[in-house]
Amino acid sequence: MSILEYNGAAIIAMTGSNCVAIASDNRLGIQYQTVAMDFRKIFRMNDSLYVGLAGLATDVQTLDQLLRFRMGLYELREEREMSPEVFTNMLSNLLYEKRFGPYFAEPIIAGLDEKNMPYLATMDLIGAISKTKDFVVAGTAEGNMYGMCETLWKPDMEKEELFETISQALLASVDRDALSGWGGVVHLITPEGVTTRHLKGRQD
Amino acid sequence: MGDSAYSFSLTTFSRTGKLLQIEYALNAVSNGRTALGIAAKDGVVICTDKKFGSSLVDSGEVRKVERVHEGAGMVYAGVGPDYRVLVRKARKSAQSYHLEYKEPKPITQLVKSTASVMQEYTQSGGVRPFGVSLLVAGLDADNTPRLYQVDPSGAYFGWKATAIGKNYVNAKNFLEKRYQDDMELEDAIHTALLTLREGFEGEMNGGNIEVGVVGLDGKFRVLTESEVQDYLDEAN
Repeated sequence: MSILEYNGAAIIAMTGSNCVAIASDNRLGIQYQTVAMDFRKIFRMNDSLYVGLAGLATDVQTLDQLLRFRMGLYELREEREMSPEVFTNMLSNLLYEKRFGPYFAEPIIAGLDEKNMPYLATMDLIGAISKTKDFVVAGTAEGNMYGMCETLWKPDMEKEELFETISQALLASVDRDALSGWGGVVHLITPEGVTTRHLKGRQD
Repeated sequence: MGDSAYSFSLTTFSRTGKLLQIEYALNAVSNGRTALGIAAKDGVVICTDKKFGSSLVDSGEVRKVERVHEGAGMVYAGVGPDYRVLVRKARKSAQSYHLEYKEPKPITQLVKSTASVMQEYTQSGGVRPFGVSLLVAGLDADNTPRLYQVDPSGAYFGWKATAIGKNYVNAKNFLEKRYQDDMELEDAIHTALLTLREGFEGEMNGGNIEVGVVGLDGKFRVLTESEVQDYLDEAN
């Protein structure tokens, strides 16, 4: 079994019309034994930028700390917020620095750029970037999530429809994955602000 | 380095609270050839003369206005070899910034890091301060044209227009009279050349003047000899 699947995760991000949503499950497990049902896998970087980290829980938390450290220094130094594009490159760089002893986590970056246009990107555990215009998924339920997203996603959804779509895609995907689930959380990022909602899924 | 008799910093306070080494460095700057710059609303121009003691010097082989990265450049007054060290360090810092963020280093950041290097050389052991002042031209993160001056102490200032080196007081007076807030880059180039001419001994031509410009397209460029000659001809 891959170390990326040791703790379990399911993360999705989707674009809508002038908005993006990012969602994750809540489970932390040690293989098939569930340890916690309130584990955070999505982290706020600034008002219009969120990052989801799927993989080994210890590395997920370490990466969050490192990213907050580098973002904090950048914001103090340059007196401005980091754009999603720059953030992606910085994270890619951070991961590749550990090319031969990597952090075992796959990130998903979701945000709005300077012109409030949706921005989605993902990368592998050593920082190879891939940018998409529709949706990105990561975690142990990856296959399921691709299936649900391919079926439910359509372009230019308004924010309420986007919320409904991403929630259904997440809940349906984790129901057929033993390593993720126990409810989820959805962040809806719009130019006016972020709405966070908690989903109650099957508790088994 | 570190265990020699001179491994302590030579830049120490005098009893009157001055750092004499820095003041001497500033003297070296004001003995250097004049350099000046103007920030217009749609770009920045920096320029300097390259006159030498002997007419046998091949001025085509001398470069004083240097590009640091795609959208920024600098010029100096003072000790030439010291300047090359700073250009090399500035270029390297611009490249590492690009490597980490995939974005050109904003001019403010470039100035801050260069100024930090210059400050370090006023406090470290076994070194002396840089004998140069710099004029740095480029666009800021929000695309505003900016002109900065960095001194040997590590102090830096943002200017609408300024001059350094020999005759800088006269040149600054001249610029104060000629500068306008709504100036365009073309006017600024002409004004820069006129200002340079005030303190110039002999005939200015494309070969003994160097001009660097950056426009709103964010591309810094050193003008060719014939381009400089064209601007000089226009001014006549």
